[in-house]
Amino acid sequence: MMDKLITGLQGSKYAQAALLALFVALTCAWVFLMDKSVVAFLLLLSSLLLLHYTSFPTKIKWAVGGVMLLLVVPFATSGGASHEAYMEVATQCGIFIAMALGLNVVVGFAGLLDLGFVAFFAVGAYTYAIFSTPQATEFMSGGWLPLTGSYFWLFIFIGGFIASLFGILLGLPVLRVKGDYLAIVTLGFGEITRIIFNNLDKPVNITNGALGISSIQAPNLFGYHFTFPHQFYFIVIAILALVILCVKRLEHSRLGRSWKAIRDNEIAAQSSGIPLIRTKLTAFAVGASFSGMMGVVFAAKQTFVDPTSFTYLESITILVMVLLGGMGSVPGVILGACVITLLNLQVLTEITLWLNQLTMQGIIKVPHALSPSKMQRFIFGAVLILFAIFRPNGLIAARNRKVDEGRLRAANAPVSAKLRDPSGHGEGGSS
Amino acid sequence: MGMKKVWIASMAVMLAAGLLAACGNNGGSDKKIIKIASQSPLSGGSSVQGEAIKLGAQMALEERKAEFEKLGFDLQFTPYDDQADPKKGVANAETIAADKQIMAIVGHMNSGVAIPSSVVYDKYGIPMVSPSNTATEVTDRKLKVVNRIVARDDFQGPAAAQYAVNTVGAKNIFVIQDKTAYGQGLADAFKSEAEKLGATIAGYEAITIGEKDFNGVITQILSKKPDFIFFGGLYAEAGQIVKQARDKGVTAPIMGGDGIDTAGMVEVAGDKVVGTLYTSVSTDITKTDAGKAWADAYKQKFGKNVDGYSAYAYDCMNLILNALKEAIEANDGDLPTREQVRDQVRATKDFEGMATKVTFDDKGDNAYAKVFVYEFKAASYPGSLISEVSK
Amino acid sequence: MISDLLHSLPQVLVDGLTLGAVYAVVAIGYTLVYGILELINFAHGEIFMSGAFIGTAVMLMFESAGWLGAMPGWLAYMLIMAAAMLVTGLMGVGIERVAYRPLRSAPKLISLISAIGVSFFLQDLVRFIAELSTGSYLISSSTLYNDNLQLRVSKLGGSLGDAFLKTNTVILIVVAVLLMVGLDLFVKRTKWGIAMRAVAQDRETAALMSINVNKVIALTFFIGSALGGATGVLFAQQYGTVDPFIGYVLGIKAFTAAVLGGIGSIRGAMFGGLFIGMVEMFASANLGVLTSGNFGGEYKDVFAFAILIVVLIFKPEGLFGKAVKEKV
Repeated sequence: MMDKLITGLQGSKYAQAALLALFVALTCAWVFLMDKSVVAFLLLLSSLLLLHYTSFPTKIKWAVGGVMLLLVVPFATSGGASHEAYMEVATQCGIFIAMALGLNVVVGFAGLLDLGFVAFFAVGAYTYAIFSTPQATEFMSGGWLPLTGSYFWLFIFIGGFIASLFGILLGLPVLRVKGDYLAIVTLGFGEITRIIFNNLDKPVNITNGALGISSIQAPNLFGYHFTFPHQFYFIVIAILALVILCVKRLEHSRLGRSWKAIRDNEIAAQSSGIPLIRTKLTAFAVGASFSGMMGVVFAAKQTFVDPTSFTYLESITILVMVLLGGMGSVPGVILGACVITLLNLQVLTEITLWLNQLTMQGIIKVPHALSPSKMQRFIFGAVLILFAIFRPNGLIAARNRKVDEGRLRAANAPVSAKLRDPSGHGEGGSS
Repeated sequence: MGMKKVWIASMAVMLAAGLLAACGNNGGSDKKIIKIASQSPLSGGSSVQGEAIKLGAQMALEERKAEFEKLGFDLQFTPYDDQADPKKGVANAETIAADKQIMAIVGHMNSGVAIPSSVVYDKYGIPMVSPSNTATEVTDRKLKVVNRIVARDDFQGPAAAQYAVNTVGAKNIFVIQDKTAYGQGLADAFKSEAEKLGATIAGYEAITIGEKDFNGVITQILSKKPDFIFFGGLYAEAGQIVKQARDKGVTAPIMGGDGIDTAGMVEVAGDKVVGTLYTSVSTDITKTDAGKAWADAYKQKFGKNVDGYSAYAYDCMNLILNALKEAIEANDGDLPTREQVRDQVRATKDFEGMATKVTFDDKGDNAYAKVFVYEFKAASYPGSLISEVSK
Repeated sequence: MISDLLHSLPQVLVDGLTLGAVYAVVAIGYTLVYGILELINFAHGEIFMSGAFIGTAVMLMFESAGWLGAMPGWLAYMLIMAAAMLVTGLMGVGIERVAYRPLRSAPKLISLISAIGVSFFLQDLVRFIAELSTGSYLISSSTLYNDNLQLRVSKLGGSLGDAFLKTNTVILIVVAVLLMVGLDLFVKRTKWGIAMRAVAQDRETAALMSINVNKVIALTFFIGSALGGATGVLFAQQYGTVDPFIGYVLGIKAFTAAVLGGIGSIRGAMFGGLFIGMVEMFASANLGVLTSGNFGGEYKDVFAFAILIVVLIFKPEGLFGKAVKEKV
């Protein structure tokens, strides 16, 4: 019975569309009507996952997803008082998705394990923080400082650019080491970056050291100030769209395939003519730039940065997202980032509050040590071990695009030159 | 493929949803609900003090539940865990803002978390009263929602310096800090005042938080031979520094700030703690009879001894509730807006709390805030109060 | 300035030796595992930390049972150490069995991630246990052998200053050296030691020579972890306070030591550990003096990490290791 239903669903796109629409409508109504319901919000977001599994053409999926994120989600959450709280969570999700996608380029595509990835995020955040506050006047002069919030838009790209420069700088020496040595070198770099940010308040005060930089300017677009999470949400969505577009195009491009070749067998890749150094460096640069851009957004949203936001735990958190979702799989990594961020910000907090309430009402006694919001390391550790052993491909495994050999040959037989550069996109087997 | 798994997955999600929904239910009540939240680290390195803030606030609220019941309001307490992490604090702040029933916040414990989170509170007009933030930046931004009942770093640090130079007679001082926002702020304030008072700074060093071996910096102290040592930081490191310095024969007095005003200091340093000085923005409430009785009640209720900030959190909550009550009365018994409560909190004058008297100035600093100097005369917490500095 | 450095030199050497001995023994754990599995056992720092906690727990137990006064200090020390070594050794074997063995043929990346997972998992597990039983995860216990000693180096003349140390410092260094020498002899002279070296060199061939590879690997983990646990006890006795997060940074530094000495080489690890300990202590004692306060001891960890990076980049085989050609 169930099986029949499922096969029926698989066959009919209309049935899928109807089901999806019903699901979205229901969860929307739930989110809209309930004052604050984490569950409803999670379900609403999970409709995107359902969308992923439908058998619509990829373009339609993207279009529907875009409509969902740009219209449906902001509207549905605007019903209750929790609007901003939902949007805050969604914004942070977006930030982490972009970072996880960045790390995915480095780890998932190119197979270079980076344990200090949060350093690039820090670079982006500090870039904007320093120049949009009087901090910059501490070490350089000029009447044009501090910059106003309207430079934010420019800084998204500057932040990304500087982060990618750092990526290349880090990458250059790192290229000589391989495998787990690489991991430990990147870890060392990450720690050095944090220590330097934490201490660079003397002899020249550049980062204001441990005190951090506060009162960072809010973004400003023709006099319109972005201060609330629901405003940042749209900035994040826009950047995220750019990032996803980049990643999708890169994934199947010549460069993307070179990354994967290096990941799968470095020596073989090298002997088939892939320039190792350049390919690895671009992986670092691309990954870092995503992180850097989101760093700028993060600084503007928090209005405050300090080195405690950029610890080893953060790097590992992003790694957990990538591994959980599936290394090398774009939809997987997006899912992984959402799950971990929601877990961190919503689910664990809510369960803790609930247990707290029960404890206060004297129904159960949960020792404080076991409060779920403290269990991050425990959960992350367990996720890493379990997924490494039982599901190394993650929740949504990466699929290599199938190449229809016969068709390819037929199409390219006359112009064999084309074979060398099959364009990176088109109807994709993966979505 | 795919669909079957999706079905199973959705079922699982639904199941989880059902479970969560069960916890989400607050249960209906006819009375209007007013919630006061607390934000402090309930996990991580400073969870002992964070917990004390939560419990102190909880105690005050529960004592006055009946009072508000008569006014027709159901008073509830919702503690949040900011994990001493600015990101978490901001995310919590948005959640708090979303809950329209939350009228005010007791917290934060860490200035580094209070600064970004208070920007969020300001957007929604939710007042916060901190029992422990000492960084100057917290109130110097002149946000209407931010208040604190304890002394600022630029009062605590200099008060410590005055004690060191004027009372102890220190001339050659070695300053250590832990490179956190708190430790550095305090140490810098101490250093500049000590220099102003004519003492020389023999050295200014930083240590790495979380480590156990501080022999490097102590070796430097040995060769510099200062007659006074000041440490800006927390007890875990301070305890080791005191212990290792004494092991190496350093006899100069060692002084710390409110970060070592906790029982943990004695645990870490053991017998070597004797003679260590510390300033604190909180008083030892067990010295008065009323305070002693309160501390006993606290112990009986929660099974824990009072910590430095327990009574201050208790005062914060009472102060908020007073303001809330006045706002309700001004509103003819109806639920006031957050802005009304915010302004009422800021208007607090001559509030007599368990630990301190409070009058807020236009920035939200407490005009009656005092700095207390203690000495560990025996290896037990708290130390004995030896001096008191008011503005 | 030079006289300042000279004055503090004896003290820096003593403290550096203490810290270095800890790094060295922990480094051996990394080196043994890497030598045999080519895996950075990220969890080894946490094994060390667990050892420190077990040592502290047993110590507290002795104390509360009143046995501490009843038996001589050295006996208590040995019992504590034995308990910690046994438990951490078994933990190491368990971790290998659960988290590494299933991944032996998987890509390197995956086993490394599993190792990171174990490290996080252990941190929180120990925190749970500590917090549930005492209410705080920062745990202090009393320590044995606290007498202070003074090395009157200043009598030697020059501008050298005296060095101070505790009796326990001497014990720490002696025990660390005994452990290292013992291990070296074990690996060089015994049948099992030879088997370990054989497996490290070529697992398949070793298996053909009727060596039980799984058993040898388990034994390696047992020995490496027991050494880590023993060091944990020494550390806890030296500093009196432990918390669940001491293993992470210390682990990385110990790994640096292993890399510096040449990973896979036991003597290299000893040398690397002592070197890193000395450098760190020298930096935290003198950096501020040398740069007139511009860069202080807060940068000392940068040195350890920088050494790590430089060695890995320019001489990945380390000072005492052998360069290995990569197989396709």
